[in-house]
Amino acid sequence: MAETRLTEPIYKRPESLTEVQMHYCPGCTHGIAHRLVAEVLDELDLKDRTVAIATVGCSVYAYEYFNTDAVQASHGRGPAVATGIKRCQPDTIVFTYQGDGDLASIGLAEVMHAAARAENFTVVFINNAVFGMTRGQMAPTTLMGQKTTTTPLGRSVEQGGYPLNICELLAQIPGVAYLARETLTSPKRIRQAKRVLKKAFQVQAAGLGFSLVELVSSCPTWWYMEPLEALQWIEDVMLEQYPLKVFVDKLEDGR
Amino acid sequence: MPERQLITGNEAAAEGAIAGGCRYFFGYPITPQNRIPEYMSEHLPLIDGVYIQAESEVAAINMVYGAAATGAWAMTTSSSPGISLMQEGLSYMIGAELPCVLVDMVRGGPGLGNIAPAQSDYWLATRGAGHGDGRCLTFAPFSVQEIYDLVGQAFPIAQKYRNPVMILADAVLASMREPCALRDRLDPPEQKPSWAVGGDQKGRQRNIVNSLWTDPPVMEEVNLRIQQRYRDAAQNETRWTEHGADDPEILVCAYGISARICQTAIEHAAEAGIACRLIRPISLFPFPTEVIADWAQRVKKVLVVELSLGQFIEDVRLAVEGACPVERFGRTGGMLVTPEEVAERIIEIA
Repeated sequence: MAETRLTEPIYKRPESLTEVQMHYCPGCTHGIAHRLVAEVLDELDLKDRTVAIATVGCSVYAYEYFNTDAVQASHGRGPAVATGIKRCQPDTIVFTYQGDGDLASIGLAEVMHAAARAENFTVVFINNAVFGMTRGQMAPTTLMGQKTTTTPLGRSVEQGGYPLNICELLAQIPGVAYLARETLTSPKRIRQAKRVLKKAFQVQAAGLGFSLVELVSSCPTWWYMEPLEALQWIEDVMLEQYPLKVFVDKLEDGR
Repeated sequence: MPERQLITGNEAAAEGAIAGGCRYFFGYPITPQNRIPEYMSEHLPLIDGVYIQAESEVAAINMVYGAAATGAWAMTTSSSPGISLMQEGLSYMIGAELPCVLVDMVRGGPGLGNIAPAQSDYWLATRGAGHGDGRCLTFAPFSVQEIYDLVGQAFPIAQKYRNPVMILADAVLASMREPCALRDRLDPPEQKPSWAVGGDQKGRQRNIVNSLWTDPPVMEEVNLRIQQRYRDAAQNETRWTEHGADDPEILVCAYGISARICQTAIEHAAEAGIACRLIRPISLFPFPTEVIADWAQRVKKVLVVELSLGQFIEDVRLAVEGACPVERFGRTGGMLVTPEEVAERIIEIA
């Protein structure tokens, strides 16, 4: 039997990630999401022609972590900034990395209109149902009854209205070329999340239009849970409000 | 021989930008500047440019931010309420050291106000640019030709100082039709600045466009660097015109449309035996402080004429530094003054 020798590492830091240590809380899924995006950029050989857009929220330092050109955008305006970049440089790969406060609250107009214009860039949307960086206040995606620092008795219709389902809203818009919701709760789901992210960037590289991947993510710190408990809560509670689905796939449709 | 055309101030702003090398325009409709985005939507696609109608002024300035980050010569235009909405984006552009050009065709305010001419955005233009320790370099044309010229010149100035440049005009200038000498349209430079993002990144350091500096000493250093550029701009870009009596009794200070009215007013005053000199700042930030300080030593009084209730006068007073009394005359809310009214006021205070 031939001797097996490992001459090449089989698992390493993606080229599209810097070596800067991330600042995220223990158990947060941002780190996984960053890694998946970076692996996709590596695998599609896009690293040297990508501009990452960091927004405001926990991922504000994303420009420190993605090893590509990067622009830091003001709160909610990532899709407008991405529009400006992409319209000047159609061959550059552009993605925004936005949380639910940034995208679903203050930046709802920008993401909706970017989709309506069929802007050819990718949005990575991290939905953890809470404003993380500002200490865990209610987000548009906070679940009914969920306790946050601004819904101390749990979200009620009277005080906070209803959760906003971004993918379901975007699915109505013809300019959307790829739209999927995944989560990061298990190795299986993480592998699937990478598949949908890769699809989104392939859709952009093919020039088909607006692509968005929502990743249902955990925030153990502001959910007041242990990391594993938080992942379980996604499975048991969050996915009922935010079911996993590929809503639009124009790459597949074209085949 | 340049071609002369009878065009409006709005068309001069649009064509001036194109002639100056601008190929990327992002805007949102608002009266009285709508002819600018309309003109851009017609002309830019014909010359490989981009016109995008943004969903709001907030989005428009952020599209400009993205475009500017790539090194493109980008612009937006608006009128007072829209410029208010752009303040956040301007602050970010200053913080990220990005150039752009914007035009404010000022209308009456505050609030929704009206669509009549006003100069009540003086503070917004010269002090504004949102939160933080930054400002827009601001130029105030007083004719259609000067709108055309200044908008075109604003692009290289914005690039040189890596800062937004605002052209502050008003509703009269926006819709006024005058002969304007048009130049050939310049191509934007092919060479991108070293800090620009995008394109092929192989073989170079990655570029980051950012205004987040959580470490106060670093933030202070950035602010001081920006401030140094403003000092350089004061050296190189301060502009004004002056004319009238060489031995004046009254120094009249006015910019934009008010200065145009004052040109006739000081002739009326001269006929009444009062010698006046008119200083018209073209750059409002940097402000022509020295020349005003100089004349203030030699006149009895200074009269400031502005279509706002005491904004522009502050910069004049700062220049005069108490050397002589400084009076103000003007209207507000979209009302204009006549040369006769200004002349009367000059005679009153003389």
